[in-house]
Amino acid sequence: MNLKAMVEALDLRVVCGEEHLSRDVSGGYVSDMLSDVLAHAALDCIWVTRQSHRNVIAVASLLGLAAVVLVNCPEPSPELVSKAQAENVVLLYSTVSAFELVGGMYALGIRGCRRA
Amino acid sequence: MVEQAVLEVAYQVVGGDFSQAGDGASRLKRVLQQIGLAPALSRRIAVAAYEAELNIVIHAYSGVLKAKVSPVKVEVWAEDQGPGIPDVELAMKEGYSTAPDHVRALGFGAGMGLPNMRRNADELEIKTVLGEGTIVYMCFANRA
Ligand SMILES: Nc1ncnc2c1ncn2[C@@H]1O[C@H](COP(=O)(O)OP(=O)(O)O)[C@@H](O)[C@H]1O
Ligand SMILES: [Mg+2]
Repeated sequence: MNLKAMVEALDLRVVCGEEHLSRDVSGGYVSDMLSDVLAHAALDCIWVTRQSHRNVIAVASLLGLAAVVLVNCPEPSPELVSKAQAENVVLLYSTVSAFELVGGMYALGIRGCRRA
Repeated sequence: MVEQAVLEVAYQVVGGDFSQAGDGASRLKRVLQQIGLAPALSRRIAVAAYEAELNIVIHAYSGVLKAKVSPVKVEVWAEDQGPGIPDVELAMKEGYSTAPDHVRALGFGAGMGLPNMRRNADELEIKTVLGEGTIVYMCFANRA
């Protein structure tokens, strides 16, 4: 499944990276600890987190993740958005809770990613 | 046999500055991609270098992230002026962290940085002197 289909099915807001939505999603990972994500998130997977500071973008870019979905957190700051744009990281925002969001992804066939 | 270094880079790292944290590893990854290193290898190096750089930001005062690329291997050094590591074996244990709460709130301090370095690097060596600083050396085989 690509990002565009997921964004539409789950009614996610595209904060930035509209031009990369044809990218396929290999799986998903949920964590608010950056080293945990660095250890486990696979290439092209989608990362669900409530961390919304600029280091999240650096991690997503280093790992080559398909997108970051911010959940249970305040609106992303302009600084975060410009960092994401500069690093070509797709940033999505969910207004439903993390539990609902991940359940929705699972129902669409997205599975937890394996260690890269 | 003379082994020619094709490239050497060095990036300064500032302790406690989370606004630039990870920039060194990001720049290193870009350079590795530009010279055509295998993407999976660049990714492993970038992850390990990021963890080493962040340890300087979190636990030390200042330092430098260095890398040297040759046709056969990529070497990375993270050298800092800092408190040093009193018990390296303990520090290597997954989950062990002395990171303060305000750092943990940002999602750092899972105690997985050194284990991540060990998992990604082919070789990892830590030299540390209490009250002076730490040198983390990592080597990655470059099998083209
Ligand atoms: N460069 C360093 N200088 C001083 N102490 C360090 C350094 N790197 C690691 N440590 C110590 O080792 C512990 C474990 O490091 P790490 O596995 O990266 O976990 P974390 O950074 O999440 O705490 C740190 O909490 C700290 O006590
Ligand atoms: Mg660490």
